[in-house]
Amino acid sequence: MATLKNTINPADFDDVDYARYPDQFDPVEGRHPLILGNPSFQSVTNDVCGPAEKPMPFGWWVLFGTALMLLGLFGISIGYLVYNGTGVWGLNNPVGWGWAIVNFVFWVGIGHAGTLISAILFLFRQKWRTSINRFAEAMTIFAVMCALSFPTIHVGRIWLLQWVFPVPNQMGAWPNFRSPLLWDVFAVSIYGSVSILFWYVGLIPDLATMRDRAKTKLKQIGYGIFALGWRGSNRHWQHYEVAYLILAAISTPLVLSVHSIVSFDFAVSQLPGWHTTIFPPYFVAGAIFSGFAMVVTLMVLARKAFQLEHMMTLKHFDNMSKIILLTGSMVGYAYAMEFFIAWYSGNPYESFAFINRAFGPYAWAYWTMITCNVVSPQVFWFKKARTHIPTLFVVSIFVNIGMWFERFVITVTSLHRDFLPSNWFYYSPTRWDVASFLGSFGLFFTMMCLFVRYLPMIAIAEVKTVLPEANPHHHADAEHAPAAPSTAVAH
Amino acid sequence: MAQIFPKWTNYIPLIGGAVAPLALGTVVAAFWYWGSPWFTDVGYAPTQPIPYSHKLHVGDLGLDCRYCHNTVEHASRAAIPPTATCMNCHANVLKESPRLAPLREAMATDQPVPWIRIHQLPDYAYFDHSVHVAAGVGCATCHGRVDQMAVVSLHAPLSMSWCLDCHRDPVPSLRPPSQVTNMAWDKDTANYDPARDPERKRPVTELHPPLHCSGCHR
Repeated sequence: MATLKNTINPADFDDVDYARYPDQFDPVEGRHPLILGNPSFQSVTNDVCGPAEKPMPFGWWVLFGTALMLLGLFGISIGYLVYNGTGVWGLNNPVGWGWAIVNFVFWVGIGHAGTLISAILFLFRQKWRTSINRFAEAMTIFAVMCALSFPTIHVGRIWLLQWVFPVPNQMGAWPNFRSPLLWDVFAVSIYGSVSILFWYVGLIPDLATMRDRAKTKLKQIGYGIFALGWRGSNRHWQHYEVAYLILAAISTPLVLSVHSIVSFDFAVSQLPGWHTTIFPPYFVAGAIFSGFAMVVTLMVLARKAFQLEHMMTLKHFDNMSKIILLTGSMVGYAYAMEFFIAWYSGNPYESFAFINRAFGPYAWAYWTMITCNVVSPQVFWFKKARTHIPTLFVVSIFVNIGMWFERFVITVTSLHRDFLPSNWFYYSPTRWDVASFLGSFGLFFTMMCLFVRYLPMIAIAEVKTVLPEANPHHHADAEHAPAAPSTAVAH
Repeated sequence: MAQIFPKWTNYIPLIGGAVAPLALGTVVAAFWYWGSPWFTDVGYAPTQPIPYSHKLHVGDLGLDCRYCHNTVEHASRAAIPPTATCMNCHANVLKESPRLAPLREAMATDQPVPWIRIHQLPDYAYFDHSVHVAAGVGCATCHGRVDQMAVVSLHAPLSMSWCLDCHRDPVPSLRPPSQVTNMAWDKDTANYDPARDPERKRPVTELHPPLHCSGCHR
């Protein structure tokens, strides 16, 4: 057993393979520990709360400033859009869905990793999730916020937005319950609210920790309000665990349902290239794919900036890369299957749509998508790539780009070749399309920056449960016993 | 450690949980009631440039609606009569009345009398008087007992749900086509069954008033 050391130099864990610590094992499980450096409970609390209590590093200010400027751009582009109408976008006659829908699906997809990590991995007792679930869930919520803003502004007359809800009114007008666009409203808003609830319930014990550590009255009250009077009593914990389990069970089907319903926006319509039954599973796989890529992108930055390399370890990146490889290959399979069915169905319109996708005017977008989504994740077959931070970062960015292009390809290539050749048109965005897309990143990163500034970005209470000391089979003697799997049997 | 919050704050979530749904319900209900055309528009009775009384002309003197609103059977709009229609009588009747001065001035200057419109549908709602008259919807069904109004006021809310109520179930609002302009016709005393009316050219089962969006929003 390696020596216990409570003072950690996180840089030690940046580019480590477990091979460098061959003798470090969890004394109870007999496996490599999930949290490196053998920290104490106290040092976990200090390491996680520290970033939210100390001044932010310079990089944070750069990112936050940029994000605020982009958020301003978002506000301007929305204001301009509301004032002038959707004509400021590049939409034209056959292509009535442009970047706004592409961006919506892009952001909703990114918002899928959080709930997968927090709910499904929780139910499967994947202990490695504890270090990353808080961060991924926060990302989910902010991505859903960005996603919801696009259909909101896409309706054109946003002052009539309440019409999407079944509110009693004197027009006798109700939403069209047969329209997948309405299912979307419910699916995404339920997903957003359940994600917020799940995230918040998980935060309560940690908010109480922040409250108790607060140095100023203002912080004490601020964290205190949201900690809901948590004292950490046994009864609190019992209720908390049950509530968390129930919310995990509620969230789990949502991971699969939300993007299925988003895919219905396309699949329920009668357009070649959209009207396929493969869409729901294909979209869900793509969503998890893009969500994990975004988690990797952000986590690479956060763990470095806030010295959390020993908690967000290479083991986590290794696992996430495997999920990216799996879902990326599923997406690649779906791309291939779409072509196969286009040929096998014998439907000339379907064949045309797909040949046009790969070799038509938007071939550049199609091959960008294939390169980023199918080719680039293949490096994750190799463990060296899965645990090499620069590779992870670059590939995750590629996946983000590729998944945006996937939605662009699906939306635009099917629309721009209408059934009437006289309607055929080449769609290109205007500067306002670009501005609102960049602006949504402003919203996302502003929220992300505020999150790491004010909240513990790792679930402190949960991480402590995966430390060896928290294991009910742990015994103080084990620290002195030689590290071997057999020690787990002893108690 | 001292308590941060006083004890009464324990009740905030309970009270908030009770108040928030109530507040939401109140907002919806308030808009439903005070925001409805039934509340805001019904009873609208502006002062017209000439105090023309439908009660006098229709109720007491017995003019038919179509004497003035002569296009109602054939056009989408029930015409506002030109000044000349008024002058058919008023060239001889009450020639010197000061209350009719705007009418004489309109005749002399060849400018229309600036009547204030009461029944105004939005531009995006298509409405055709002639089909409703042909189907046997009485004038009074939508406009009320105009023969009893000294000053005309808005009788019906003209909201979309009000239109749809009748389009979904038109039969109770139908009368014999010959009785369309009869203000006093009463469906309860008339004991009328549109399905057995030989006067009807088109059976009620084939009326099919449109319920789809583009029936009215064309």
